[in-house]
Amino acid sequence: MKPEVILHSFSYLTRAAATTVAVSFAGIIFGFAIGALVCAARVSRRPWLRRAGAVYISVFRGVPLLVQLLFIYYFLAEYGLDVPAIVAAVGALALSSAAYQAEILRGALNAVPHGQGEAATALGFSGLDIWRRVLLPQALRISTPPLISEFILLLKASSLVSVVGIAELTRVSMNIASETYRPLEAYLAGGLFYLAINLCLAALGALAERRLGTPSAR
Amino acid sequence: MSVSLFWHYAPSLISGFAVTILCWAVGGALGLALGFAIALIRRLKLAPLNWPIRIFIEIFRGTPFLVQLFLLYSGGPSIGLKLSATAAGVLGLALYSSAYFAEIFRAGFAAVPAGQIEAAVSVGMAPLDTMMRVMLPGALIAAVPAIVNMLIILSKETVVLSIITVPELMYQVQTMAAETFTAFDAIFGMAVFYWLLVEAVSRLGARIEARVTAYLAQQGAPA
Repeated sequence: MKPEVILHSFSYLTRAAATTVAVSFAGIIFGFAIGALVCAARVSRRPWLRRAGAVYISVFRGVPLLVQLLFIYYFLAEYGLDVPAIVAAVGALALSSAAYQAEILRGALNAVPHGQGEAATALGFSGLDIWRRVLLPQALRISTPPLISEFILLLKASSLVSVVGIAELTRVSMNIASETYRPLEAYLAGGLFYLAINLCLAALGALAERRLGTPSAR
Repeated sequence: MSVSLFWHYAPSLISGFAVTILCWAVGGALGLALGFAIALIRRLKLAPLNWPIRIFIEIFRGTPFLVQLFLLYSGGPSIGLKLSATAAGVLGLALYSSAYFAEIFRAGFAAVPAGQIEAAVSVGMAPLDTMMRVMLPGALIAAVPAIVNMLIILSKETVVLSIITVPELMYQVQTMAAETFTAFDAIFGMAVFYWLLVEAVSRLGARIEARVTAYLAQQGAPA
């Protein structure tokens, strides 16, 4: 064991950790936007929209993330779209996470008591107001802890984007391993960074749970 | 998209599929056994073992599977652990899943009503009998849905083994793609194949679940 290997490349690793967090965060934000649309399709009154939402979820939860990532990567190349690899990376994380987030949001919507919507209707709220003032605020509150769990899962999954050459934590650990011939130390250091970030996120999740009084779905 | 391409590479694709299934089955079985052992040891409530087990679970659930694989496969030789890619892959799957299975079994044991255990003790059952005849059946049935779910997740993780050159299906497909310059066709075929596979496994899992927990529905007891 030569811990100085890690100390020498520490600043390199912290920058890579920042990239990992940024890529995952972008994935979760875009994933939330897409996931909200998929969830809206899933609870829509139109059967074909419900069917389309279900197919989306089944495909993006069924196909392994690495296959999705390479598919998007090669798809962009096949159709001559010259975009940087980061677009494929964030796109794959977002599309895949959207399927999980859509289910989290749907579960949260179902958890809002039925009587609430009915009471709002009885009081003469308009359809939009029922969503904006009654259903969405409560659903978002219920879904916060499971969304943080999803963020942890996505952060771990983001290690796969090293395959398309993004200089995130896993890729940088690989580089350090091949430059120093010290793979054990390099991957231990990378792993510890992931662990530290995830423990912070888990603490955030526990805090959110206590504050909001909703159980996490971990 | 040419079907003849897949036909031409059929032998290597089939061998890749066999390796995928083998890694999944062996890794999953070892992970289940190890996870179960960890859950049992935790029940003994031996103070010196509590922390190491908690740290083990946190480490394997808190770091990416890919990093764990690299650590085993490239880091292992530095501490005298020389493994072939496939052995490292199977061991990686086993260790990774064992952390999740340990938590699943723990929850399963917690789901056995305390009254049942008290009843077993009061009718004079030996501790081992209480375990084998009362706790285990109850815990296993409560854990079935989560076990099935984890095995499905694990089947998707086998794809990651291709990165450390385990000759499983994804690896063979990428070799084919590189040799024939058909990256897009190959990966598209792969995506469809995996989707169908995971769909089939999920359906099968749902049936097993329904079968094992059928008696609960009859009694109307909560699962």
